[in-house]
Amino acid sequence: MKLTLERRLVPSKSASWGGLGLSILLALIMGGVVFLSAGANPFKAYGVMFLGAFGDFYNISEVLVKAIPLILCGLAIAIPAKILIWNIGGEGQLAVGGIGSAAVALFLSPFLPSPLVLPSMILAGFLAGGFWASAAGFLKARMGVNEILTTLMLNYVAIYWMENLYFGPWRDPTGTGFPGTAIFPEAAWLPRFPQTRVHLGLVFGVLAALILQWAFFRTRWGYEMRVIGENPKAARYAGMNITRHILWVMFLSGGLAGLAGMAEVSGIHYRLQQGLTVGYGYVGIIVAWLSRLNPMAIIVVGLFLASLLVGGDQLQSVMHLPSAVGLVLEGTLLFFVLGSDFLARYRIKLTTQSREPPSKEQGA
Amino acid sequence: MAQTVIRMEGITKRFPGVLANDRIDLEIEPGKIHALLGENGAGKTTLMNILSGRYRPDEGEILAGPKPVKFNSPRDALKSGIGMVHQHFMLVSNQTVAENIILGLPTPRFFLHRAKVEKEVEKLSRTYGLSVNPQATIDELALGQQQRVEILKLLYRNAEILILDEPTAVLTPSEIEELFTTLRNIAKEGKSVIFITHKLEEVMEIADRITILQRGRVVAHLTPEEVESRRELARLMVGREVVLKVEKEPVSLGEVVLELRDCSGFDDRGHQAFHRITFAVRRGEIFSIVGVAGNGQSELVAAIMGLRPMSSGELLVLGRPVRKGASLPRESVGYVPEDRIGTGSLPNLDLVDNLILTSYSQFCRRGFFRKDVARKGVEGLLPKFHIMAPNIHAFARQLSGGNLQKLILARELSKGPRLLIAEQPTHGLDIGATEEVWVELVKQRETAGILLVSGDLKEVLSLSDRIGVIFRGRLMDIFSTEDEDWIEEIGPLMAGVRQERKR
Repeated sequence: MKLTLERRLVPSKSASWGGLGLSILLALIMGGVVFLSAGANPFKAYGVMFLGAFGDFYNISEVLVKAIPLILCGLAIAIPAKILIWNIGGEGQLAVGGIGSAAVALFLSPFLPSPLVLPSMILAGFLAGGFWASAAGFLKARMGVNEILTTLMLNYVAIYWMENLYFGPWRDPTGTGFPGTAIFPEAAWLPRFPQTRVHLGLVFGVLAALILQWAFFRTRWGYEMRVIGENPKAARYAGMNITRHILWVMFLSGGLAGLAGMAEVSGIHYRLQQGLTVGYGYVGIIVAWLSRLNPMAIIVVGLFLASLLVGGDQLQSVMHLPSAVGLVLEGTLLFFVLGSDFLARYRIKLTTQSREPPSKEQGA
Repeated sequence: MAQTVIRMEGITKRFPGVLANDRIDLEIEPGKIHALLGENGAGKTTLMNILSGRYRPDEGEILAGPKPVKFNSPRDALKSGIGMVHQHFMLVSNQTVAENIILGLPTPRFFLHRAKVEKEVEKLSRTYGLSVNPQATIDELALGQQQRVEILKLLYRNAEILILDEPTAVLTPSEIEELFTTLRNIAKEGKSVIFITHKLEEVMEIADRITILQRGRVVAHLTPEEVESRRELARLMVGREVVLKVEKEPVSLGEVVLELRDCSGFDDRGHQAFHRITFAVRRGEIFSIVGVAGNGQSELVAAIMGLRPMSSGELLVLGRPVRKGASLPRESVGYVPEDRIGTGSLPNLDLVDNLILTSYSQFCRRGFFRKDVARKGVEGLLPKFHIMAPNIHAFARQLSGGNLQKLILARELSKGPRLLIAEQPTHGLDIGATEEVWVELVKQRETAGILLVSGDLKEVLSLSDRIGVIFRGRLMDIFSTEDEDWIEEIGPLMAGVRQERKR
């Protein structure tokens, strides 16, 4: 008996979806082991998580709140990944987007008519994140510098810069010890849905996903992106300018992450403060991969991972377990999903070794 | 040693949307050369991939003598004495011939007895007339010699059945003769050779047994004596009457569409690939560059297309100088690349996306891509170019190699280019498709200047108005095909032998 792998000619659809279901199950089992090792009943813990995420109206609304940056960051990772560009710097671009929009809110808003404050902040957040990512995009496109490294390194630069700002020059002069800038004027607050913290950023996220999905199949840019992603050699052969696409896609990607930062400061915190960068940029990578880079799926997966985060938070308050369990679940989920992709591409077969016909190796 | 007869019985293999092999029976006798003849996509390679353990059949079985055998991998098949030389060689380019030959063998486990292996390889070379230096590294060898290494690999493993997939495609006429001698030697030793091809003259020259496949089915098992004429063979293979002759109406010459002045360039390893090439192509003519693969012609074409840099020289396209590294206007320049599958197609995108790859700009307006307009624009190409596909929304990967080639040709020819650059346009196509492509190329001459790059002398002679011979990156000579005295000089020139002009 022997296990052999056979490459499937066409990735199997059923194995692909079955693999996703199996991955979720396996991740839940792994999470259960984590609960057991922390001395908690896994079923009870999952119950707490579920109720924590979906138990009442407020909890559901909190899931939406967390889904906003996840959807935007998921898009930010997925779009360049379509042409095989890996932006690991969503976290830093989110921070810089926050800085850009906070600058407008703090220093420019007194000079702007109030209906223009939010649009300016949106623009500033998008541009700040976009240009930040463009640094890596430029190095990649012009000099072939590995974008995985540059985007990752720029995260640290961005986060330390942000901290420097709210601990130092931008610190709230009237504030107590809490690290952060002054509260923005009300014109700089993103409107919220009543009774919740869900803000207009949700519309940005969903709209961005819809537009990107549409653009992918209905614009010249989208066609070129699909060709480059499928076969860069063919794209070059067809005379497409791949360098220019890398520059633009990194700008767009950074802009989307920057928009996530803007939405956080302007919709949740109302100022630039500690706690802005809590890993949405990194979880965005998981969102993008679980969605197989499909913008529509990113909305769904973003909501799902947000529910894990919100549910995980409840573990802390109700069962005194570390809330990081939510992140553990996300990590194992990604792990299993990547593994199940393998199943979709290969077929595992149990073969019985048939005895070979008389060997010809001794003869001749 | 007693030879077992290998039989394939009722072999059926399906790929998504295609029945590649349909209940095929085949018997391989020892000591014979079997030709497997068929059009592109007839299922020849698939059938042999099954016999050599690369694929498994959906139905049917392989029998070694009376016993059924199952191969899970090429290694399994090799243990039963069946090995295959693929169209694309599987050699490690920076290792020596001897190292390549022992690669993957279970012995030696640790110490390499290089001298011993080299001696054995030399002995095999002599026995079968496969001259190659066992100490040479693969990248020093020409394609023809690399092919010998692949054959030696199988012989070293005591293969009793050698399958060769279109082995003559990469060879010069004289190398083909040498290969045939070798194959006859191998058969004389009692081994079997299976020879996949779509070239009729080769079949008539070398085969002892002929099996003809058409659309996944066996249409005939023959011996050469039973074949009345090539035309009959062609008819069996294609399923209709084919006459490989191109009617060339004279076309008056127009403006110069492509001009090279002293152009030089390097290959990927930094060696001079082509050197001071000068020629011009005018509308109304087919100018051919003929040469054995690897003599700088692919680098030259890539440089013209702006896909690799030119180190010096001037390039003029449609009368305008082209800046270094600029890409050519794809609407007016058609380009059929040599590596069609790798550079010319998008496997996981649909046929519409594939058919508009080099003309998509005309289906875009103000940044919007109008897929419906694109689909309507290209739908007609499938029947017009006899591309066998489930439908226009199928993925390119569902098409057979030959049909994919036709698709790319359809795309480049149908956009009405003023300059058409075609690299090996019929390489790997069967006679039916070849005929269609030839007719189309000759027709394009009325509106375009054509640069044809080919290793197929017959193709070049039947189509061209002028021919340039390239050898080691240099254009040896250019002459008109009306100058009949020179035709016999082409062969030697391709091998670098320049003879004194007669008279």
